[in-house]
Amino acid sequence: MAEMAANNEVPEVLFWVGCSGSFDERAQKITKAVVKILHHCKVKYAVLGTEESCTGDPAKRGGNEFLFQMQAMNNIAVLNGYGIKKIVSACPHCFNTLKNEYPDLGGQYEVVHHTQLLQELIDAGKLKVEGGTFEGKKITFHDPCYLGRGNSEYEAPRQLIEKLDSEMVEMKRSKQRGFCCGAGGAQMFKDEEKGSKSVNIERAEEALELQPDVIATGCPFCMTMMTDGVKHFNKEASVKVLDVAELISQAMDL
Amino acid sequence: MITKIVFSLITLFTFGFFAYTINRISRLFKLTKKEFRFDRLAERATITLKVAFGQTKMMKRPLSGLLHAFVYWGFLVITVGTLEMIIDGIAGTERCLSFLGGFYNFITASADIFASLIIISCLVFLARRYITKPRRFTGVEMKPSSRADATFILGMIFVLMVSLLLLNAAYVADTEIRHGYFPISEGIASLMSGLDTGTLQMIGQTNWWIHILLVYFFLNFLPYSKHFHVISSVPNVFFTRLEPYAKLKNMSSVTTEVRLMMDPSATPPPAAAEPERFGVKDAEDVSWKTLMDSYTCTECGRCTAVCPANSTGKMLSPRKLFVDLRRRMKDKGPGLIAEGKSFSDGKALIGPDYITEEELWACTSCMACIEECPVDIDHVPFIIDMRRSLVMEESKAPAGLTMMFTNIENNGAPWQFPASDRLNWAQDIELKNA
Repeated sequence: MAEMAANNEVPEVLFWVGCSGSFDERAQKITKAVVKILHHCKVKYAVLGTEESCTGDPAKRGGNEFLFQMQAMNNIAVLNGYGIKKIVSACPHCFNTLKNEYPDLGGQYEVVHHTQLLQELIDAGKLKVEGGTFEGKKITFHDPCYLGRGNSEYEAPRQLIEKLDSEMVEMKRSKQRGFCCGAGGAQMFKDEEKGSKSVNIERAEEALELQPDVIATGCPFCMTMMTDGVKHFNKEASVKVLDVAELISQAMDL
Repeated sequence: MITKIVFSLITLFTFGFFAYTINRISRLFKLTKKEFRFDRLAERATITLKVAFGQTKMMKRPLSGLLHAFVYWGFLVITVGTLEMIIDGIAGTERCLSFLGGFYNFITASADIFASLIIISCLVFLARRYITKPRRFTGVEMKPSSRADATFILGMIFVLMVSLLLLNAAYVADTEIRHGYFPISEGIASLMSGLDTGTLQMIGQTNWWIHILLVYFFLNFLPYSKHFHVISSVPNVFFTRLEPYAKLKNMSSVTTEVRLMMDPSATPPPAAAEPERFGVKDAEDVSWKTLMDSYTCTECGRCTAVCPANSTGKMLSPRKLFVDLRRRMKDKGPGLIAEGKSFSDGKALIGPDYITEEELWACTSCMACIEECPVDIDHVPFIIDMRRSLVMEESKAPAGLTMMFTNIENNGAPWQFPASDRLNWAQDIELKNA
């Protein structure tokens, strides 16, 4: 982003990579898939790189409003400094915070989830997706809470999956009734409270009952939880857990 | 004449006592925090029509949803008849609304049909409570008294409906020229054809009194029962939060302090009279809407049934939080009213007697509870508000979260990675040109 600014350029869209997308090895692959698609579609995008910092979502959900607001204000200063108008994120938690919680602190942007941006690109004719690798494969979509119930987006990821000419199957608990992966509300960073079962095991079990080839999702936290869940049942060889962006980029061999 | 006077006095006492109760409850509401919920009124009206009158969220569970809708819609039309009974009782008239003609026929016929549907609903509901026993009717917060409350209310509604049908049947059987239309009661009336006028009038009178006195008792019982939702769910839905579920509100008191911290030259605002504590520690820290949520909760358990924490054996039950809040306000509120803000009984909403920290830390903020609640109770913001008190007032958080906070403070990420590594993913990326 700094380079673009030095050349007096403003990106069409800023890709907010997020902490998972930056540091988590598995989520880095999602980041790369998103970048490959943006590049393929010739979207003028930028990333903040080393200037990006945690949105503050886990701090806010963890009850630390001070820390959240400090993070938010610093990020808003950077974003406003570059004159950012539109942001895309591959993390529903970043997406929700940027979209819904930054405006009250002076950060007004058009914020979309990457599945929504991909849908926009298809609608605009810039992205053409055809079956490819996933033709005829059985795919189920696990709704991230912060995308689905939290922000009422159920269709964009499903429409993208349908573009792959795959067999879309729904879990019993999906869309509005989707069952959490167990990582939201800052759970990602703490031990699970005492109980009889882990939330992600319960959810992975439900997904595996469908005997899918792919469990798709749109959130790096869900990715971690579902991947662990699938491993718990020793199914990682036959069932892949992939982000919708990875499905698209693999199908198109980008 | 004497009857009219007696009835008027009973009516006066009924509404007087109801006003007294409501006044007592509204004083508890005055202890809570302000929150503005009077914006976007047209949108609120639409939601109320759909969710409250249309019962849309109830229908997610079709059987109990439909049966409940019978009871609710029936309640609405039967209430017109109740108003007529009150006027008749005070003025000594008979069926005083009959001048409404066709509309009167419509109201009486719907009330008649709904009364019989409500009887069926009550029987099914009782069977569910005592025979099929869905899991959501159980839980630590479901004390024997909650069950007794539910059974008592169902029994009362059952008797209300039976008496309504009997009083109408006696009226139909006894009167040549009658007002209104009663498809069900006419069937019952045909069974009474052998009875003489005196007996029929006695049946009619007795059931008229049973019905109206029970209505009066019901009205005054509601505020002391979980069935306060009869009164509060319509406003509770109307004042629902209109933003996306996942948006948590900004704490403006914190914003002021953070701005000062980041820009020391900013002018501090005039000092507030007394510093408010952050988050919710006790019942009086909640907003009026959260307290209304707690009074509206009917303990149906739909929230708890879909809660991922609860269904995997964690201590959290979203329903319990609101049952506890209501209980806590009832326990502490009178003391606060009598002795002022400094009143303390040595307990708090967050504590061993009410909501424990373990319950609060089990929430994944997945919002399934909010999505499911038929009366738009807003669980997650309430949970986060209590976490705010734990973290910002008492510096209490699970070890993992404390470490996560420290990492964000030190290196701007919840994990221990330096910002300089943020672009490492880009090192080996191969971009193909289309």
